[in-house]
Order: sequence, then structure tokens, then C-alpha cells
Amino acid sequence: MAVNADLAGRTYPPSGPYAVDAPSLAAFAAAVGSQDPVHTDREAAHAAGYRDVIAPPTFAVTIAQQCDRQLLEDPQAGIDYSRVVHGEQRFVHHRPITAGDEVLGTLSVDSIREAGGHAMVTTRTELATTAGEPLCTSTSTIVVRGGE
Amino acid sequence: MAVRTLAETSVGETLGPVRVPVARETLVAYADASGDQNPIHQDESFARSVGLPDVIAHGMWTLGAAGSVVEEWAGDGGRVVEFGTRFTKPVVVPRSGGQVEVTGTVKALDEQTRRATVELTATSGGDRVLGRCTAVVQLD
Repeated sequence: MAVNADLAGRTYPPSGPYAVDAPSLAAFAAAVGSQDPVHTDREAAHAAGYRDVIAPPTFAVTIAQQCDRQLLEDPQAGIDYSRVVHGEQRFVHHRPITAGDEVLGTLSVDSIREAGGHAMVTTRTELATTAGEPLCTSTSTIVVRGGE
Repeated sequence: MAVRTLAETSVGETLGPVRVPVARETLVAYADASGDQNPIHQDESFARSVGLPDVIAHGMWTLGAAGSVVEEWAGDGGRVVEFGTRFTKPVVVPRSGGQVEVTGTVKALDEQTRRATVELTATSGGDRVLGRCTAVVQLD
């Protein structure tokens, strides 16, 4: 089934809040092999000028992907998740995601285009605290493989 | 760790190579930490059933591992202010484990903003697994 190109330009209502806690940041840092103590040691994080332990550079994807579900599960979109491959991912950090943050994510569909029988869907998720402080702009392109 | 300064950084400077081992257990830990439990990253028979050669790493694990290399160079993970890639090939993780090799080159320095643009290369089994992978690092 083709992806519904009419969804390009749509912005979904904010999802969350997602609570960021220190154990989640430590587990993520360990899984990607980070040795940087700013993710695990509150004293080290303070010494570096942060309020508490901070997220590794790619942690934002864990929140952005939860926000993306609004599109993937939108019956109007026609996306078969079993055919989805992650094509591209980019983060622009406005300030590090920090333990104790309550994060809201606002998902927009930037573009939907066909290429070689596949649909390329580019989404942008703006992550901010519940107080409105910008945290991260996460841009993702998924490839929805066409039928054989 | 000391934060890298503009004065000690130059265009053309290289990072690595850093060899990052990846075991099946690494992928289970990443699945648990990230919430991405797609069985192609954990279950060999499932991966083969959908036409893959073996279990493959999450693309985002690979990018995360490259991010850890950049953090180490930057001296503070919070200094990696922009980071992104295209996923070009999967990292295959056989039962005996796999490996990703990460290298980087400083492509540009902005003296006004004190930011370095670093281009990264990640290879596994002879394949380039990340494409156009760049990080922007806020220097001191």
C-alpha cells in the first residue's frame, strides 16, 4: 500500500510528557559504549556545568521514536511498519537532555516522496521541556519498502 | 575529561581509528535501553527469515557508538551539538560478535562560534555502514 502523501505538512499534537531519569541515561550510555562520566556521575555532571547527568548525543531518538508512533499508527498514513527501514537520522541539540526533564515531543511530517518504488518519509520531532524550553530537533527519514 | 579547545584543534586533524566490539548482548542491552525490540537485532532465525544474512545491529546503536567516539574526543558529551547520518549498510553481528571501526576528520572550524565540524567514517566487515556522518562539536 502506498503511503498517503497528503500527510506531508501535518503537525500532530504534542505527545508526552516523557520523564527522563538518571538510570535510563546510564543504561543508554552503557549500551552505546560511552565512558563519559557526565552520563552517570552527578558530581562530574555538576563539574561540567550541568544540573544533573545528561543524555548521550543520540538518546533523543528514544523519545522521538515514541512520538513517531502517532504517524506510524495513523490509519490514514497507510504505513506497514514491518516494511520500515531507518534511512537517515539527524539531531540538533539546543541544550543537553538532563535527568529530571519532563519532555514533550511535537511531530511534524516534513515530506513524503516516492523513490524507486519505495516511500521516503521525513519527520521532524521538536523536543522541549513542559516549560517550553527547546531541547532537541530530531529529524528522521524512514524508507517504507514497496511491495515485491 | 578536559573539554577540547579551539586552540588545540586544527582542520585535517584525525580521530581514531577506534575499534568498537559489538556482541549479541550489546544489542540486547541497546534494545532494552532504547525500547527498539525489533527481533532482527536479537533473533538469528527471525533475521534470516526476512532475508538478512544474520542478526544486524540497530542503525541507531551504530550511530550511538560513533557518538561515544566523538564524545571522547570532545571531552564532554554535552558538547556534541549536532549529529547525524545516513544508514548505508547494516552491521552484521554473528554469534561470535562483530566490530565497527570509527575514524574521523575535522573538516571545518568556525572561530566565531568555536565549533568544529567532524566527518566520521564507520566500517564493519569492509562495508561503510554510515554515510555522510557528521558531528558539530562546541569547543572551549
